[in-house]
Amino acid sequence: MTSSIVVNDVRRGLYLDSVALMRMSRTVAALEGVVECGMMMGTPANMRIMTDAGVLSDAGRAAAPGDLVIAIAAASEAAADAALAEARGLLDAPKSKVGQSASWAPRTVRAAIAADPAASLAVISVPGAFAAAEGRKALQRGLNVMMFSDNVPVADEVALKLLARERGLLMMGPDCGTAIINGTPLGFANVVPSGDIGIVGASGTGIQEVSCLIANNGGGISHAIGTGGRDLKAEVGGITTLMAIDLLDADPGTRMIVVISKPPASAVARKVLARVAASKKQFAICFIGGTDAPMPANACLATTLEAAAALALGKQLQRAHAARPAAAPGKFIRGLFAGGTLCAEAQVVLAGEQLVCASNVPIPGHQELTPGYAGHIMIDLGDDDYTQGRPHPMIEPTVREVPLLAALADNTVGCVLIDVVLGFGAHADPAGHIASVLARAPRLHPLVITSVTGTAGDPQGLAAQQATLRAAGIIVASSNAEAVRMAVAHVAA
Amino acid sequence: MPHTEQPSTARAASSAASLLTQPVRVINIGLESFADELRAQGVPVTHVQWSPPAGGDPKMAALLAKLGM
Amino acid sequence: MTDIAARIDAANAETVRRIMSAEPVLIDVVAAREALPHLADRTILHAGPPIGWDRMCGPMRGAVMGIAVFEGWAADLAEAEAMAARGAFKFEPNHHHDCVGPMTGMTTGGQMLLVVENRSFGNRAYCAINEGLGKVMRFGGNDGEVLDRIRWLTSSLGPALGKALREMGGIPLKPLIARGLGMGDEMHQRNLACSSLLLRLLAPALARTAADTNELAKNLAFIAANDQFFLNVAMAMGKAMSDPARGIAGSSVVTAMCRNGTDFGIRVSGTGDQWFTAPVEMPVGMYFPGFTEADANPDMGDSAIVETIGLGGFAMGAAPAVVGFIGAGNASEAAVFTRAMSEICIAENSEWTIPAMDYCGVPTGIDIRLVVETGLMPTINTGIAHKKPGVGQVGAGIVRAPRGCFEAALGAFADKMGVG
Repeated sequence: MTSSIVVNDVRRGLYLDSVALMRMSRTVAALEGVVECGMMMGTPANMRIMTDAGVLSDAGRAAAPGDLVIAIAAASEAAADAALAEARGLLDAPKSKVGQSASWAPRTVRAAIAADPAASLAVISVPGAFAAAEGRKALQRGLNVMMFSDNVPVADEVALKLLARERGLLMMGPDCGTAIINGTPLGFANVVPSGDIGIVGASGTGIQEVSCLIANNGGGISHAIGTGGRDLKAEVGGITTLMAIDLLDADPGTRMIVVISKPPASAVARKVLARVAASKKQFAICFIGGTDAPMPANACLATTLEAAAALALGKQLQRAHAARPAAAPGKFIRGLFAGGTLCAEAQVVLAGEQLVCASNVPIPGHQELTPGYAGHIMIDLGDDDYTQGRPHPMIEPTVREVPLLAALADNTVGCVLIDVVLGFGAHADPAGHIASVLARAPRLHPLVITSVTGTAGDPQGLAAQQATLRAAGIIVASSNAEAVRMAVAHVAA
Repeated sequence: MPHTEQPSTARAASSAASLLTQPVRVINIGLESFADELRAQGVPVTHVQWSPPAGGDPKMAALLAKLGM
Repeated sequence: MTDIAARIDAANAETVRRIMSAEPVLIDVVAAREALPHLADRTILHAGPPIGWDRMCGPMRGAVMGIAVFEGWAADLAEAEAMAARGAFKFEPNHHHDCVGPMTGMTTGGQMLLVVENRSFGNRAYCAINEGLGKVMRFGGNDGEVLDRIRWLTSSLGPALGKALREMGGIPLKPLIARGLGMGDEMHQRNLACSSLLLRLLAPALARTAADTNELAKNLAFIAANDQFFLNVAMAMGKAMSDPARGIAGSSVVTAMCRNGTDFGIRVSGTGDQWFTAPVEMPVGMYFPGFTEADANPDMGDSAIVETIGLGGFAMGAAPAVVGFIGAGNASEAAVFTRAMSEICIAENSEWTIPAMDYCGVPTGIDIRLVVETGLMPTINTGIAHKKPGVGQVGAGIVRAPRGCFEAALGAFADKMGVG
């Protein structure tokens, strides 16, 4: 790194979203002689990342948050120049092709509403620092909101949700990745049959896993309403969850309602359960890890997503049976999850099996991951530590590459537990990516067990993804919880 | 007669309840891939070519907020 | 909606109501001394925000020297230059005297001025008569040929036009613009349709009031030979329409945009007559054969008053031919410019519609908040002057109003609103 040539270019006031930039910077980084390439907006967080990566020059350091920084470290001046030319070419290419030409796109919510006055929902995924302002504009103009953006201050979340409630609008999020409204999958969501089960979920992957398990076991979904991860925290008080329960309670197409969340603040849990008790409909309350709040008569508690799906369906889920191939003999389970709620569910299942693990996001009963920890480890790769300045592993699975290869080469590990999440928003071929990583692993490696959160109707195709995984020697479980139980059985054997 | 645009509040506002009963029509602000995927499903989408308000200048953005934007 | 937003919205609605309820009528051509009785001796009105001799660009200085000779204040150009340098002339913006002028925009007591009356509000605005293309004073030309033409405009065409207009009782301009938009004009870089329509309306009256058929023929031929003849009428109209919108407390709508070859200036209704300026930018566009951007002068003129009321670059969708002329892309993309400008305007003018855009109205009422928020700067269709005085027009293009004007205006507006 010290001997590399660093060249920077700053495009003042040019904004591109991080996914588009990530794609471009990977193309540039793949060029011969390029050590690192960062193409990022000059926000303080991004500047830190680029500083740490050693790719910033004085020119780059002078960038403002609204500027786009091209930062390249290369082995030679020629390679750096070529990389810079490629980066500039990529930035300029789409503009001449579509951008400002015949296709006009509005620049503001206001102009977009003028273009489609019948619009009903704003989907907002701008960087967190700007999201609340856009959300406010959308609500003030009478739009319901699904806010994918995270890093939105909690005070802004409360203000947005109160404004929405005052206007009779639904405020899903911030940090709401998944919803299914009227059969339309929004954000990270799967193609599921229409049915009579409604879902209210604080967790995107939680909604995905439950809706897919319902779909794959013969059920269907009326609506799945995301609330954002903090809705049931004391500060927010469940504003959106309560509104969503009201909506599904009043919806004639919904018979059964599943509520999915991490265990809420107890005052909030009581408030939500009081609202549940006032309904004539049946509820499955999935507080992952449980709650001490008593359930009303029309509600059952589920501590895992799998149990919630089974409660909603009123039957046990189908289970896949698979032969276990020869594997390295380590004792520990290493979980590497793209879905945060799947990581939490795995910890719940482990606790149920009287096992303790360490995690970067431990739930009560487990412990914080420390360097050199020897034991079961459950990692949420979607956590901020891994996603600073990068797309979420569900969009861009390369985040999992390094820890997966490390786990496969670790002789203390007997089983690697992963998740594959399909649907809209997700990577086009996550199974193919994992198979390609496995092809580079030692021949005798720990057993790999995965679940696939997806349906036959998803763009990636459930059967095709499962087949790719099996062909790579991976055990495919019928649910995330089942995958954990299989892993436990394997390392105990 | 010349007319001015009706103030935003005069638009027949959507409501949470009608969201669940009417076909969804989306205004997408942010990642364009969301718009692409919705269009592929046949959902009407208006994509906003968003960039940080006031070019990301926090001083100007703060002024705009104070001036009702 | 917050209280302040509601206040601003209400003030802005009033501002655009005033702009759009104007009834501009071209009523006369009169001597400047008569129209502007308060104009002090040796005062030269110029385009753009205030500027002194020391900061004037080449063409502006050339025009000042020429007009001083025309007015008889100096015997020749050299003397005029020396007088200007020692402060013998008083310089003031056209905008301070109900006037506008294209490019250098020289207005002095000895000239004849087009008069547009806004019959809804009773105010009047003035603009000199368009001199045609080539070596002309608005591009800084100042030799004998240029001065002779202005003398002829003053002695022959101007009085003849005045007589004809008075005889007709004036020409209402709003319907003319509406038809021009349908015929491919945007009233800044394309005035072919409106110039033709105006001539069609004027010709009988000019004939009826003419004393001498030779002079009549010369007058008609002069107008007929100049596709941009109507520009100066459109500018006086823009001034007459936007002036009643000045000074509405709480309004963030722009009431004037202009440039003097050095600075770009804007006025905002809610901040009264204060100018907010920033260095003017170079137009980007197409050059006539033999010229390049190395020959170009930074942008000049009060003509951006037509953009201020929704024409010019804002009405590009009506004038696909202009897109190619100014080198701004494909003609099929004309509507994109108008759509973009509609993002920074708070209203559409339903009397001035664009057929090719499903009869949407031209975007009207530039809100400085929207400009700063979106970063979409007003697009102005402009002629490009040679930087050497008197060479004339060397191309046409687009210039963006500089961001700095709008940021400065936003700061001052916030102060006025008590939230600065």
